Amino acid sequence: MREFVSPQNFVPSDFEVVRNSDRCIACRVCERQCANEVHWYDSDLGKMISDETKCVNCHRCVSLCPTRALKIVKNNDTYRPSANWTGPVIDQLIRQSGTGGALLSSMGNPEKYPIYWDKMLINASQVTNPSIDPLREPMETRVFLGKKPDAIERDENGKVINNLDPQLKLDVPVMFSAMSYGAISYNAHKSLAMAAKELGTYYNTGEGGLHKDFYQYGPNTIVQVASGRFGVYKDYLEAGAAIEIKIGQGAKPGIGGHLPGQKVTVDVSQTRMIPMGSDAISPAPHHDIYSIEDLRQLVFTLKEATAYKKPVIVKVAAVHNVAAIASGIARGGADIIVIDGFRGGTGAAPTRIRDSVGIPIELALASVDQRLRDEGIRNHISLVVGGSIRNSADIVKAIALGADAVYIGTAALIALGCHQCRNCHGGKCNWGIATQRADLVKRLNPEIGAQRLVNLVTAWNNEIKEIMGGMGINSIESLRGNRLMLRGIGLTEKELEILGIKHAGE
Amino acid sequence: MLMREGEVRIPSGCAISGMISLDGSKQNGEDIMKSIAVMHDRSNGLGGGFAAYGIYPEFKNFYAFHVFYDSRRAKDEAENFINEHFEIASMSVMPTKTIKEITNEPMIWRYFLKPLVYKVERTQVDEDEFVFRCVMSINTKIDGAYVFSSGKDMGSFKAVGYPEDVGRFYRLDEYEGYSWTAHGRYPTNTPGWWGGAHPFSVLDTSVVHNGEISSYDANRRSIEMFGYKCTLLTDTEAIAYIVDYLVRKQGMTHEDAAHVMAAPFWSTIENMNEEEKEYYTYIRNAYASLLVTGPFSIIVGYKGGLMALNDRLKLRSMVIGQKGNKAYMASEESAIRIIEPELDKIWAPLGGEPVIFNVKGGVE
Repeated sequence: MREFVSPQNFVPSDFEVVRNSDRCIACRVCERQCANEVHWYDSDLGKMISDETKCVNCHRCVSLCPTRALKIVKNNDTYRPSANWTGPVIDQLIRQSGTGGALLSSMGNPEKYPIYWDKMLINASQVTNPSIDPLREPMETRVFLGKKPDAIERDENGKVINNLDPQLKLDVPVMFSAMSYGAISYNAHKSLAMAAKELGTYYNTGEGGLHKDFYQYGPNTIVQVASGRFGVYKDYLEAGAAIEIKIGQGAKPGIGGHLPGQKVTVDVSQTRMIPMGSDAISPAPHHDIYSIEDLRQLVFTLKEATAYKKPVIVKVAAVHNVAAIASGIARGGADIIVIDGFRGGTGAAPTRIRDSVGIPIELALASVDQRLRDEGIRNHISLVVGGSIRNSADIVKAIALGADAVYIGTAALIALGCHQCRNCHGGKCNWGIATQRADLVKRLNPEIGAQRLVNLVTAWNNEIKEIMGGMGINSIESLRGNRLMLRGIGLTEKELEILGIKHAGE
Repeated sequence: MLMREGEVRIPSGCAISGMISLDGSKQNGEDIMKSIAVMHDRSNGLGGGFAAYGIYPEFKNFYAFHVFYDSRRAKDEAENFINEHFEIASMSVMPTKTIKEITNEPMIWRYFLKPLVYKVERTQVDEDEFVFRCVMSINTKIDGAYVFSSGKDMGSFKAVGYPEDVGRFYRLDEYEGYSWTAHGRYPTNTPGWWGGAHPFSVLDTSVVHNGEISSYDANRRSIEMFGYKCTLLTDTEAIAYIVDYLVRKQGMTHEDAAHVMAAPFWSTIENMNEEEKEYYTYIRNAYASLLVTGPFSIIVGYKGGLMALNDRLKLRSMVIGQKGNKAYMASEESAIRIIEPELDKIWAPLGGEPVIFNVKGGVE
C-alpha cells in the first residue's frame, strides 16, 4: 500500500516497473530479492504488485526473474519541459524543501561533463615501423611503482648495487582502488583480495581497517591511513605491501566521510576499532596535516614505523592546483602519488560536492605529469590515476599521458555485480556489495566474484597488449608518457595544450 | 609549407656502417665511403653523414665544433657566444669540395676550443658538462646556428645528399681516423635541412641509427628532464642523449647502457642466475623510461671504441665482421665484403646483444 506523502513532497519515481502479466508466474523471486520492498504478492488479486517509488533500478529482480517478465524503464511522467528547470532539478528542490537536508548520492559524478578519454585517439604502426603480434612475440605489461634512484652505485668490485627504494611490482598496470570494509561487504573485500593475489596486483583496504581474515592477503594489500585513522595500528601497517595516506577522494574533494552506525556491525566495529553501531566519521582534513610539511612528517612517521620497507602512497583528489600539490607531495618523500578524478565513485557523498567539485582526471594527469617533468622529479615518484577508468583503451590513454598504472573501483564493482543504481548510501545493496546485511552479503560468492575480477583484468590486459603491439611497442614502460601516440579529436587549442597532445590530422 | 626538421617528426629508414682498427692504426675515409655506397638503395638522397675518431691529433685536447650557419647574423651571434665562453685555438671554414650532387649548403665552420677556466669553475660542473651546456645553448637559443659536432679529436660530417657524395663533399679521403661510422638516410618526407642528417653527436658520443623507435616520446620526455633538449625530434638525437646521459652522467659502461636501452624480456630475466637476475631487474626498473622499443640498429661511436646494438626483437638488420685487427659492422654483409672480402668471422648479433670493440690499450 502507498504511504501517505503530502502533495508538495511527492516526487514521481524515476523508473517504472513493467511486468508482463502473460509471463509472470507469481513465483515471488522478485519480492524475495528486493531489499527495497518494491514487489509484493497481493493474494486478493492473485498477482504481483509493485511500488516503483521504492525502485532504485538495481536490476536484481530483472536479472533473476525466471520468466523474463520484468523490465525497468525510465518513467516518462514529466513536468512542463524546460532546459533550465529540468525534472531532476525540480525533484531535488522538492526533496530538500521537505526535509531541510543535504542531498546524498553514491558512486561517481553522472553529469554531462566532457569525457576526455573519448576525445583522444590512439596511434598504430604502418610501414616505417612494424606492428608486433602479441600472440607471437613477448608483450610486457609489468610495472614497478616507487621512487627511482638518481644515480647508479657500485661496490668495490664494480658490481651495480641495488639502491632502489621499496617498490610495488604489478604484473598488470591495474590495481583495485580503496573501498573500505563497512562501505562494502566482507565478501566484496574477499573477492578483491583473492583477485589481486591471482592477478599479481594489489587491492586497497580503504579507510576501514583490515579484517583479521584478510591479513593472509597482505602481500597484495595496500593499507590505507585516512583522517579517521580507523583500524590503524602496528600490525595493520606491517600487514600491507604499501601504505596509502588518503588526503582526498575524487567524488568528494575537501570533505570527510560518514559511515552510518547501522553499517557498523560487530565485524566492522572490530575492524575499525570503534563501538558497534556508532557512526564512523572521518574528519575533512587529517588533523595532524594542515600543510605540506605536516604531510612530510606523516610520510616519514609511517616509514619509520615500518622500517622503510614499504612504499608510502599519497592519494589526492584532482582539484584545480593539483600539479603544484603533486610536486609538493613528491618532495614530501612519498613514493607514489594517486590522483583521483572527479568521476571517481563513493559509497556516499553530498550530491552537490560530488557533482560540482574537482576536475577531470585526464587534465589533472596531464598537468601533473608535465609539472613533475618540468621540475625534473618525475623519476622520484610514480603516478597512479583513478576516477572512472572504464575500459582498456582508457588505460592505454592514461599511460600514454604519463600514468604508471591505474586504479579501478567502479569497474571492479560492476564486475562483482553492481548495476550502478547509485544507492550505496541506502545500505540495502541487493547485489551484496555495498551492504552489511548478512542476508544480502551472502548473495555475493567471493570465489565467483574473484573469478569475474580476474576475467575482467585479464581481458583488459590482453586488449592493452593488442593495442601496444599495434603501435609497435612491446613493453609498457615505452608507452608511459608517450604522448605522440595520442591525438585529440574535437578539442580546443587550450585543451590540447593541457593534455600535451596534437590534434588528429597534425 | 613544408616544416623543417625539429618542427615536425620525420620517420626514416636507413643504412649504417662502421669500422674500427683495434690496434689504433689509422686509415682515411675511402673505405667507409665505399662501404656505405654499396647500400645506396637503402637511402634516398635526403641525408648522409660520417663520424670519424682520431682525426684531429694536432688539436686532440680541444673541443672541435662543427657548426652550420643559416645567416651571417647567426654566425656573429654564435661567435660572440663562443668568444665569451671559450678560448679559440683555431677557426676556419670547413674544407669542402664543390660538387654538383651537393647543393644549398649552409655556411659550415669549424672551431677548436678550450673552455675558459673561470667560467667552468663558476658553473660548478666539469669541462664536458660545461661544453655540453654551451652546445645546448647555441642550438636552442641562437636561431640559424647549429653545432653538429662537439667532441675532442673526432668529428661528424653530414649533409643532405647520398652518403658517398657527402663524403666527397667533405673531402673525407683527407682525414685519417682509427674508427669511422657512416649513415645513409631514407626519410619519409623532405626536410631539406642538413642538421637532420646523421650522425647525431654530443661531445665524443656519436650515433648512426637505422629504425623508427616506437618509444620515442616516452624517451624524449624522460631525457628532457635531465637537461637535454630534443630540438630535431629524431630518434637518433634521443638515443645519443640517452647514451650520453647513461655513460657520462650516470657513470655506466656502454654495455650497461645497452642493457638499459635494449633490456632483456622479463621472461628471459626470470631464467637467469640470481646475480644476473638482480642486475637486470634493477636496470629495467630503475631506468624503465629509457627502454627503447621498436626497430633500431645503431652504431655508437665514442673515444676509443664502437658499439653496435639492435633492438631486442632485432627488427633491423645488422652484421658484424672481423679480420685481424679490423672490425666491421653494417646493415648488410655486402657493405663489409666490399672492403674486406675475406673475413676471419662474420655473424649477426642477437637482438639486444651489444657488440663492443675497443682499441687495445685505449686511446690517448
